[in-house]
Amino acid sequence: MQTVPSAGPKLARVPVRNPYSALPNWLYPALVAVTLTAFALYSAWVVFGNSGGRFGPYLSPFYSPEITLRLGGFLVPPALWVAWAPLAFRATCYYYRKAYFRSFFWHPRSCAVPEPRSHGSNYRGETGFWALNNLHRFALYAITVQMAFLWFDALAQFYYQGAFRVGLGSLLMIVNVVCLSGYTFGCHALRHLAGGRSDCFSCSRVRFRLWKGVTVLNVRHDRWAWVSLFTVLGTDLYIRLLVLGVLPHAPWA
Amino acid sequence: MASVSPLQLSVFRGDAEGGEMVTYSVPVREGMVVLDAVLWAQANLAPDLAVRWNCKAAKCGSCAAEVNGFPRLLCKSPVADYGEEISVRPMAAFPVVRDLVTDVSWNYEVNQRIAPFTPSEADRDDPRAWRMQQVDVERAIEFRKCIECFLCQDVCHVLRNHGRKDAYFGPRFMVRMASLEMHPKDSLDRRPQLKGEAGVGYCNITKCCQEVCPEHIHITDNAIIPLKERMADEYFDPVRSLLRRLGGR
Ligand code: SF4
Ligand code: SF4
Ligand code: FES
Ligand code: FES
Repeated sequence: MQTVPSAGPKLARVPVRNPYSALPNWLYPALVAVTLTAFALYSAWVVFGNSGGRFGPYLSPFYSPEITLRLGGFLVPPALWVAWAPLAFRATCYYYRKAYFRSFFWHPRSCAVPEPRSHGSNYRGETGFWALNNLHRFALYAITVQMAFLWFDALAQFYYQGAFRVGLGSLLMIVNVVCLSGYTFGCHALRHLAGGRSDCFSCSRVRFRLWKGVTVLNVRHDRWAWVSLFTVLGTDLYIRLLVLGVLPHAPWA
Repeated sequence: MASVSPLQLSVFRGDAEGGEMVTYSVPVREGMVVLDAVLWAQANLAPDLAVRWNCKAAKCGSCAAEVNGFPRLLCKSPVADYGEEISVRPMAAFPVVRDLVTDVSWNYEVNQRIAPFTPSEADRDDPRAWRMQQVDVERAIEFRKCIECFLCQDVCHVLRNHGRKDAYFGPRFMVRMASLEMHPKDSLDRRPQLKGEAGVGYCNITKCCQEVCPEHIHITDNAIIPLKERMADEYFDPVRSLLRRLGGR
């Protein structure tokens, strides 16, 4: 018969010191919670509080592709057609899962740190509602289509009103699309699709090369996740300040 | 060497019924690891102190315990990394036998529920089938580095905090199942077990197992996440299952 031994005796709690990190163990979850909340609020404002993100040749990543549709005389917020894809992609991303399960749900807040007493033995992990995270690959398919639009916009803006031009916004858009690619093409689901699902690496050189390529980006997937979040924010903010007339429409803009 | 003040080593003394932390004053030597300090206390102050160890080289996996509340191999934890006070406790996810020794037999029971490596009938008698390419060997080797210290099992919150030993095999056995599921010559489909009694769905990829593994196995990145993706292929991908059906498989 299967025995299920209980855990060891209850001991007084000790301050847990993670030898792999010099930082206090509340810092990572706190930073993640603050950053993600701030980003969510900013995105909500962009999507519902603004009707566009184009300034001359520049287009904010929240609006790529640009879709303007009126329903019953009302303009559907154009960013709404776009934003669901990155939202679904990041919400089901294997890295962000770690980030939010630790920061918002404290499952666990930090390694070996006791969880709140309210967390009982009815924990279901990703078998109940959170089994939805297993659909991550479908968000990947959607985001791949969007990446094509983002690359097109990032390159197309160099050619404006019959001439080549480069401004600060051009650089931001290029950096942004590069970072988004670093994040997207290091995806664990893509790594699986590219070659991980095969049991035999040596059976297909192409597949193995693809898998290796994704793996190079995948090792730093967490960093790409953060960097690309900030480049999206920065690019949108810059273009938005131009649109709103807060920044001067100078030649370098 | 300048004289250093002695280390205040507090060690859990007791058994499954309960116990207390007892502090020993241990002289510090250069290059000392926590296991040295525990063994010094055992040799000089507390001959009945129970601690499990064998290799003192981070290779046998016996000396797993918790140093300042964090799962570690005692023989791989330099005293110099900590201050003048160190607390050592048995692993929290397993029942205590005595002092620092825990009963990890649940892990061996789980292990027996995983079908061993099973080549196909055809491969079994064909010597040519067993010539493997280096890239395939390397993938398997990472998983074979496991020394069964069970530190990952100890830190995994599914087992440690929620006590769901009934639902989840734990990261160590995800590593074992990955080594079999991804083996080019293993003929069994391990996905039904993964989704079922092995409970890979209980892992929420918070990566503590990967953080503590002394063999630096990429437990989540290379074992658990790829296994979750394989499970998704079979159970969470309507497109794929439609294609499968159309393809008559
Ligand atoms: S990543 Fe999964 S298996 Fe590893 S410690 Fe976290 S919940 Fe447990
Ligand atoms: S996977 Fe790593 S931490 Fe887990 S038992 Fe094996 S060696 Fe220890
Ligand atoms: S795993 Fe992070 S994007 Fe797919
Ligand atoms: S004594 Fe063998 S691993 Fe520590």
